Amino acid sequence: MSAHVDFGRRALVLRRGRIAVRLPFRPLVVCAVLAVAIAGMAVLALMTGSYQLTPGQVLSALTGRETGIVHDVVVDWRLPRVAAALVFGAALGVSGAIFQSLLRNPLAEPGVIGFSQGSYTGALIVILLVDGTYTQLVGGALLGGMATAVAVYVLAHRRGVQGFRLIVVGIGVSAMLESLNTWLIIKADLDEAMSAAAWGAGSLNGVSWDRVVIGGACIAVLLLLAGVANRPMRQMELGDDAAASHGIRVAPVRLGLILVGVALTATVTAASGPIAFISLVAPQIARRLARTAGITLAPAALVGALLCLASDHLAQHVAPTPLPVGVITVVLGGGYLAYLLFTEVRRRP
Amino acid sequence: MSATPSAARLRVESATIGYDKRTISEHLSVEIPDESFTVIVGPNACGKSTLLRGLARLLKPSAGQVVLDGADINSYKTKEVARRVGLLPQSSIAPDGITVADLVARGRYPHQGFLRQWTDDDERAVLRAMRQTSVTDLSGRLVDELSGGQRQRVWVAMALAQHTGIMLLDEPTTFLDITHQIELMELFTDLHQVGHTLVAVLHDLNHAARYGTHLIAMKDGAVVAEGAPDQVVTAELVEEVFGLRCLVVPDPVAGSPQVVPLGRDRTRRESTTHA
Ligand SMILES: Nc1ncnc2c1ncn2[C@@H]1O[C@H](COP(=O)(O)OP(=O)(O)OP(=O)(O)O)[C@@H](O)[C@H]1O
Ligand SMILES: [Mg+2]
Repeated sequence: MSAHVDFGRRALVLRRGRIAVRLPFRPLVVCAVLAVAIAGMAVLALMTGSYQLTPGQVLSALTGRETGIVHDVVVDWRLPRVAAALVFGAALGVSGAIFQSLLRNPLAEPGVIGFSQGSYTGALIVILLVDGTYTQLVGGALLGGMATAVAVYVLAHRRGVQGFRLIVVGIGVSAMLESLNTWLIIKADLDEAMSAAAWGAGSLNGVSWDRVVIGGACIAVLLLLAGVANRPMRQMELGDDAAASHGIRVAPVRLGLILVGVALTATVTAASGPIAFISLVAPQIARRLARTAGITLAPAALVGALLCLASDHLAQHVAPTPLPVGVITVVLGGGYLAYLLFTEVRRRP
Repeated sequence: MSATPSAARLRVESATIGYDKRTISEHLSVEIPDESFTVIVGPNACGKSTLLRGLARLLKPSAGQVVLDGADINSYKTKEVARRVGLLPQSSIAPDGITVADLVARGRYPHQGFLRQWTDDDERAVLRAMRQTSVTDLSGRLVDELSGGQRQRVWVAMALAQHTGIMLLDEPTTFLDITHQIELMELFTDLHQVGHTLVAVLHDLNHAARYGTHLIAMKDGAVVAEGAPDQVVTAELVEEVFGLRCLVVPDPVAGSPQVVPLGRDRTRRESTTHA
């Protein structure tokens, strides 16, 4: 063999038949460690509660060697919630990663194109004006979020969509909707305002197996699409001209990625309300751990899953009273923003 | 030489190229001679980059067409175009935390697939491109931490790694010191001698005249003159295209036309007019 390229980072090169891939070492190890951490966290979450179990009981319940109360507690009560935290967290992590890659901005997530505020507006309208059922609430939230995202996209569209214009239009529209939301809550009576706030905090309470399965199936399809678009996405981080000259159809790929990113967050919002900040924080933590060039999806998904699971555990068992998971993730996001502010200020004196 | 005069692999046929509402070039016809080192010159904002974008299919002509290997360039699959025509854009973005070799390897994208991401060919092309641009020693460094000139050579390496028969280079020598500029010019000369077709936008008329085999001078979106350097680079043309009064004298080494600006009286020596 001739000389090898020195990438400055060790990698595993696999060449066999039609397969020739180069897997950088560090992201692989980071992913493996994250997977182990997630498994440990999941077992802990399945053990903990008013009916305390041992790791052994949890494992034998999972492998179907328990019957009776232990099986019911683990598989029917606690597992749906843990599965939801994992799947939804991964979805949020990937959703944020897609937006941060497309917009080349560590503050990007579907919220920047108005999705979060829009879905809250939709939910508020259902709660306050229609007094609808849970299904209607989910429908209203999705409709509101999607409509806002589409509106922002169209408003920012001028012969192709540019990242910066998208962010500026998104911030403007979000601010308008936020004041609308505040006005709606002020107009509401106390009960309605309470249930609106409960939904708006984002919670895994009452997430049942059927919601996990339906949401999980949607998310699995979306993650698959994101995986296929991963390479073009990374190439587009070089700028539109470079990507196009490498044979990428920039406009349709970008639109497709935006749709997948919004749909991932939308699915989570539908099942659990908006769980804030995981999509913002997970890709950045993942990037720092894996030291990859630009954004990569797999570590972001795993960090998202771990964050969501850990946040929910804190919210349920460590907080003095059980809280919605969204309350913990907001604290997490605040910490991240403070960190960004701190490092950016230090970098540009 | 080809049998028919209009058999150049890449040409523009009375095309109208521009952005959204702004038309930059109308009824533009340009031919890139095969295996030439073609240099495009012209003042800022005259449409040089726009022409390259049209040639690389980044812009679709609103009238007329760009022809690649005998067919409308828009009739090809995008990746197929990218295997035949490469473009070094005037400005690109390096993702945070990318290393030199990783960035150069990104140029291999059009040759790769979902399962074929890093073959022997890829490895060879990347090694060669890094050697040709003297960035092998920087291989494992972070692109964020390079000087402007080092970074520019890395971008050129990425374009070379794409290994296309036709390479379009938008101001490849920006940020480079004189030695690296000359090295790059000589590399381009070597490449066109082994059969690549190169098209570069350059601002240095002396380099254009000395190394280019075919010159295209543009002004306000139109081609003002094209042909061999000693026919194109004349004092009249430089004044017409750039509005600069100058003297054109033979380069003492290569004999190619050399542009010496007359400038304002103050900077002139008594004997200058006799060269
Ligand atoms: N994306 C764009 N949208 C609209 N107009 C553009 C765009 N890019 C360039 N232009 C305009 O097209 C004209 C030609 O630009 P072009 O970039 O082709 O010039 P150039 O000859 O490459 O100049 P320079 O030497 O400064 O690079 C300019 O007036 C410029 O303002
Ligand atoms: Mg230009």
